[in-house]
Amino acid sequence: MTTIAELPPGFADKVLSAQSTFRSVMDAMARPGSVQRIVPMAGAPGMMMRGTAAIALTLFDHDTPLWLDARMAESLDVTKWLKFHTGAPVVQDSSIASFALIRDGALLPPLDHFALGTSEYPDRSTTVIIQVDSLNSGRSFELRGPGIDGVATLQASIKPFDLFERLRFNEALFPRGIDVVLVADDAVVAIPRTTRVVSKGS
Amino acid sequence: MNAPAYNFAYLDEQTKRMIRRAILKAIAIPGYQVPFASREMPMPYGWGTGGVQVTAAILGPQDVLKVIDQGSDDTTNAISIRKFFAKTAGVATTTATDEATVIQTRHRIPETSLHANQVLVYQVPIPEPLRFLEPRETETRRMHALAEYGLMHVKLYEDIARFGHIATAYAYPVKVNARYVMDPSPTPKFDNPKMDNCPALQLFGAGREKRIYAIPPYTQVVSLDFEDHPFEPYRFNAPCALCAAENSYLDEIVTDDKGGRMFVCSDTDYCEGRQAAGHHGSLSAAPYKEKAQEASNG
Repeated sequence: MTTIAELPPGFADKVLSAQSTFRSVMDAMARPGSVQRIVPMAGAPGMMMRGTAAIALTLFDHDTPLWLDARMAESLDVTKWLKFHTGAPVVQDSSIASFALIRDGALLPPLDHFALGTSEYPDRSTTVIIQVDSLNSGRSFELRGPGIDGVATLQASIKPFDLFERLRFNEALFPRGIDVVLVADDAVVAIPRTTRVVSKGS
Repeated sequence: MNAPAYNFAYLDEQTKRMIRRAILKAIAIPGYQVPFASREMPMPYGWGTGGVQVTAAILGPQDVLKVIDQGSDDTTNAISIRKFFAKTAGVATTTATDEATVIQTRHRIPETSLHANQVLVYQVPIPEPLRFLEPRETETRRMHALAEYGLMHVKLYEDIARFGHIATAYAYPVKVNARYVMDPSPTPKFDNPKMDNCPALQLFGAGREKRIYAIPPYTQVVSLDFEDHPFEPYRFNAPCALCAAENSYLDEIVTDDKGGRMFVCSDTDYCEGRQAAGHHGSLSAAPYKEKAQEASNG
């Protein structure tokens, strides 16, 4: 049994680390496709990347129902760490989650299983945080939309391979939709629902 | 420098998390008003509590803060908010638009072009552009959901029918990213074109009305108009009396009780910068000499 003393620590400086992490995520969301770095370090349990851990400590609390993919949910290290440091309730029903944490892209459920918001309150939607292999190498993508001056390019190695094809449903759904945050170690890229992504050369 | 009784930047961490989540959703849905649990601040509603909460949630120790009130760095509201954050967050403050990383504003966009490393935070009194046309929140929310903005065009049309032109001079409605009609805060419509395709992130906070909304960088912002009555920014037809600027937004200042008046830049930083660079207006002698003397005294 894990005692609290054995849990990886949270931020050394809660206030300024959360601020710095938030600014990285805010810049990522405001400039889709740009790779932002998360500087403050926190302990990360098991399979959680340090960027994911920092985002969890910055944005999660008792007001944010949290959905975990099967790999995350079965890890006691992860659930205990999240419970102790954030207090966010872990829910089974993905359609009421404020945030979803995806360790393994293969386990990403169909996106319409998450909260999409309503036409009146499109903000009541799930932000899906997906851990990926790399955000600086791999296939090339072109991004267009608000926050982007013309076209942005992103090189990423992600699972599921068809993630951006799946995200096209955002186009028809808008203003409802899913916002995605991709994390690779300390690198973060956000794909809000307004961003249109195509594979380069296709 | 931090006042020890308060958390960094005054707000507690739970409140900041809530505001930060609202800001992220606001950026993801440009122009949509995200409800948030606005807190009581140590200043009355109407003095920028929404903008202050947004600024408090994003501000870090490395930021340089500028606060303007009707373009001026030197008015009560601007000075007190600047001091508030200097005291509670220990951040550096500036009046120079170029040097600032976070600019909180009440109803002006600086004349100097903003750049990508800046965030512009607006204080907003009434965030709902349709509120004076439809008082019920349930109805305006449905109108936004359906993108049913005919009422706003009727209002602009009635302006034309009554005055011969669109008489709305401030809080001129805009459409963001071809979807949401948004209130740009009571900024003069002169500033509306600066919102379009702006390199800086623009965040809007309404404290009393409990709404946060945003325009991401490089986002299309169109002022509503008609083909035969296109949008036109308004400006007094005069040069600035202090720096002779022909393209800045002007304040009209009454100078006596005989109809005397002068027009000066509302953006004090822009005006002072031009004067320091040697631009003279018709009434600029005194302040410019003073500035030059200060410079020579070193």
